[in-house]
Amino acid sequence: MICKVRIRVLALLLLCAALTATMSQSQAQELTIYNAQHRSLTAEWVEGFTRDTGVKVTIRNGDDTELGNQLLQEGSATPADVFLTENSPAMSMVEQAGLLAPVDPATLEQVAPAYRPSTARWIGIAARSTVLVYNKTKPVASALPHSLLDLADPVWKGRWAASPTGADFQAIVSALLELKGEAATLAWLKAMKTNSVAYRGNGAVLKAVNSGQIEAGVIYHYYYLRDQAKTGENSTNAALYYFKGQDPGAFVSISGGGVLASSKHQADAQSFLKWVTGHPGQAVLRNGDAYEYVVGEGEASNPKLTLLTDLDAPEINVSKLNSKKVVELMTQAGLL
Amino acid sequence: MLDGGGQPLERAVASAAVLRSQVAPGWRNKRFTISWVGAAALFVSLIALVPLGFVASATLETGWIDAAALVWRPRVGELLINTALLTIIATPLCVVLGVGLAVLTERTDLPGHRFWSITAAAPLAIPAFVHSYAWVSVAPSLHGLFAGVLISVLAYFPFLYLPVAASLRGLDPALEDVAASLGLAPSRIFFRVVLPQLRLAIWGGGLLLALHLLSEYGLYAMVRFDTFTTAIFDQFQSTFNGPAANTLAGTLALLCLALVLFEARTRGGGRYARLGSGSPREPRRQRLGRWGRAAAILPLFIIALLAVGVPLITLMRWLAIGGARVWNTDEITSALGQTLSFGTTGAVLATLAAAPIAWLAIRRPTRFARALEGINYVTSALPGIVVALALVTITIRFARPLYQTVTTVLVAYMMMFLPRALVSLRAGVAQAPVELEQVARSLGRSPAQAVWSISLRLAAPGAAAGAAMVFLGIANELTATLLLAPNGTETLATSFWALSGELDYAAAAPYATIMVVLSLPLTWLLYHQSRRLVGR
Repeated sequence: MICKVRIRVLALLLLCAALTATMSQSQAQELTIYNAQHRSLTAEWVEGFTRDTGVKVTIRNGDDTELGNQLLQEGSATPADVFLTENSPAMSMVEQAGLLAPVDPATLEQVAPAYRPSTARWIGIAARSTVLVYNKTKPVASALPHSLLDLADPVWKGRWAASPTGADFQAIVSALLELKGEAATLAWLKAMKTNSVAYRGNGAVLKAVNSGQIEAGVIYHYYYLRDQAKTGENSTNAALYYFKGQDPGAFVSISGGGVLASSKHQADAQSFLKWVTGHPGQAVLRNGDAYEYVVGEGEASNPKLTLLTDLDAPEINVSKLNSKKVVELMTQAGLL
Repeated sequence: MLDGGGQPLERAVASAAVLRSQVAPGWRNKRFTISWVGAAALFVSLIALVPLGFVASATLETGWIDAAALVWRPRVGELLINTALLTIIATPLCVVLGVGLAVLTERTDLPGHRFWSITAAAPLAIPAFVHSYAWVSVAPSLHGLFAGVLISVLAYFPFLYLPVAASLRGLDPALEDVAASLGLAPSRIFFRVVLPQLRLAIWGGGLLLALHLLSEYGLYAMVRFDTFTTAIFDQFQSTFNGPAANTLAGTLALLCLALVLFEARTRGGGRYARLGSGSPREPRRQRLGRWGRAAAILPLFIIALLAVGVPLITLMRWLAIGGARVWNTDEITSALGQTLSFGTTGAVLATLAAAPIAWLAIRRPTRFARALEGINYVTSALPGIVVALALVTITIRFARPLYQTVTTVLVAYMMMFLPRALVSLRAGVAQAPVELEQVARSLGRSPAQAVWSISLRLAAPGAAAGAAMVFLGIANELTATLLLAPNGTETLATSFWALSGELDYAAAAPYATIMVVLSLPLTWLLYHQSRRLVGR
């Protein structure tokens, strides 16, 4: 009698276990992408790729360093086949852990050498420029800073915003660290802690600048353009200012794509990178509403963008950008 | 609990030993049932201990020096001040609001008091982060402590209102009559006789509220108010499960445990049940008079407008702006399906897991049973982010096959929401007379059969109510789901969060609306139950 009850309960438990097993197994058969790029952009890429190749894709969304650290922890047992980042530092971190497979030579040839590391373990898929977005009706409009470093000056107290928790801003700091060294970066971050107002997300910074809550913000260029292309409700009072002059604030960040060495779908994973960096993938950047720069050889960016060559960005060896140190310094400065 | 820790364990081991030993068949059956239930309860409670173990071991692993350096820094001080101010300001405000509204709806001749009491419970049907989303849409510059307190109070005051209103209905007015006959003025009667009798409801509701304040993420992230939970999430986004995230999680866990202990120490051991025979009279409703009614309706109207009106009107507005474009049916259907499947499986699992503990707590109320019950309450007091960080770290290191699976998500839900199932199930088991089981035994049923055919059936309504509460919790859960969900899995809450994070408020509106619609019947059930508990 007891056995009967026990069997029923056991059967129920087994059923539960079987259910969960099938639920989790059904997801393991296609290409899995760990995606830190904007969801909408990657969704467009994946849609086009699946249409052209028939390969199905599962996406896990997250942030650059979150997914990068996750890959380090998962090691060779990771379910991920492809890793896409918004910025290069997290990609370099995964590369240095020896987790990336070499990118196909044919794919490498599709991208200008400035947008891929010499190690050829990952490749640029898009690029974005640092900008100062400011409110046209505020005093800042007539007295713009000459350099990103000027924002540490006390006259800027309470007047500028950023999204310090985001990977975008952390990439900008990694450029600063590479260009100016650890001591100068920490000093700047500490001044930033006093001077700046923290928002969550670059879109939130843009919105705050537009509504006049704050005078200026350090973000990437495309947030403004995307909003202009939609309703403009978060950007009508805002304008973009490019620092230029090889200033740390003129940093152009590379979004990267890499194939995990442990991937069991190497061919499909490599063909995804090839598709994204090739004409169809880069056309999504030019014609869609992403407004990021193309990196493909012979490809043209969206005509609404300021020419990449006019931005006078600092020359930086992308492999040297160090995200771990940046998080440490930002934690030390009390920003995280 | 620590000093009692050894004994229950030994007892469990001893009962497991009896299981294997050869004794007389009759005895064997009885012992077997007890130890089987005990073992199941022990197993569930051991799982519940995992997050606590993680917090302790993460601190040890980081090393005292490094952990101390990560904890004793100005940023943690800021977070501590923010979190403490939020709890200290919002909790009393909710108490005042909850008690005030309960008195108005239960003890006065307010016109439409039934309607107003439903309105006072309604904010629970709206997830806290949807409240926040609505307020940020209405007043984009709203931020910081003020915004955090305002929205927390509006979203969470029903936690106080519901138990206080239920207690008020259950009070015997005879005590108040005695006080009046001894010459006490009505206002003094309230403070000296009525209010002290509401102590358990206020303390219990206050604890639940404070724990929610400590573990809420979405609400505060949207209004740029940094608490421990938002800071842990920020660290997680930068470092996955780095030492800074883990030590912050440890500190937060300690804060939660301190709250639980504080509540247990200060709630007192007074007797609140009535003495004497017969049944109590219905409490008299205070006449308000014409001006009194106007003065009472106005605050009720304002609260309803702020706590229900603002979120619903904002949702309607975004739906209208978005039009047909935002009803991307494929994505919405898949998120809805995922939420429903997580919710129902999680609810069934939590109820099954709670069953042995509930049964022990009523039928064999030993120290062992109390300890097991306590462990589960303590774990559920831990914020979702701590539970999720623990499970990510443990599965990635020691249980790889479970990593990124539905099973892990469901285990997290079980840890977080098991007490919801336990409380209802316990009440259900308590209502099933043990004598009926004994009669069944005397008619030749085995102990297990007697439990199965008598107590479990009589406890079924309680179990269903508990399962519904678990479902509600899972459907609106954000942080643990964000961290643990398998690749490619999106629920209503995570989709809503991703879209509102990209400031696409119109596209986020359908997800929020569906969450509210899903929650409405369950909130109704909760409201109904809180009235039924006192038999009115």
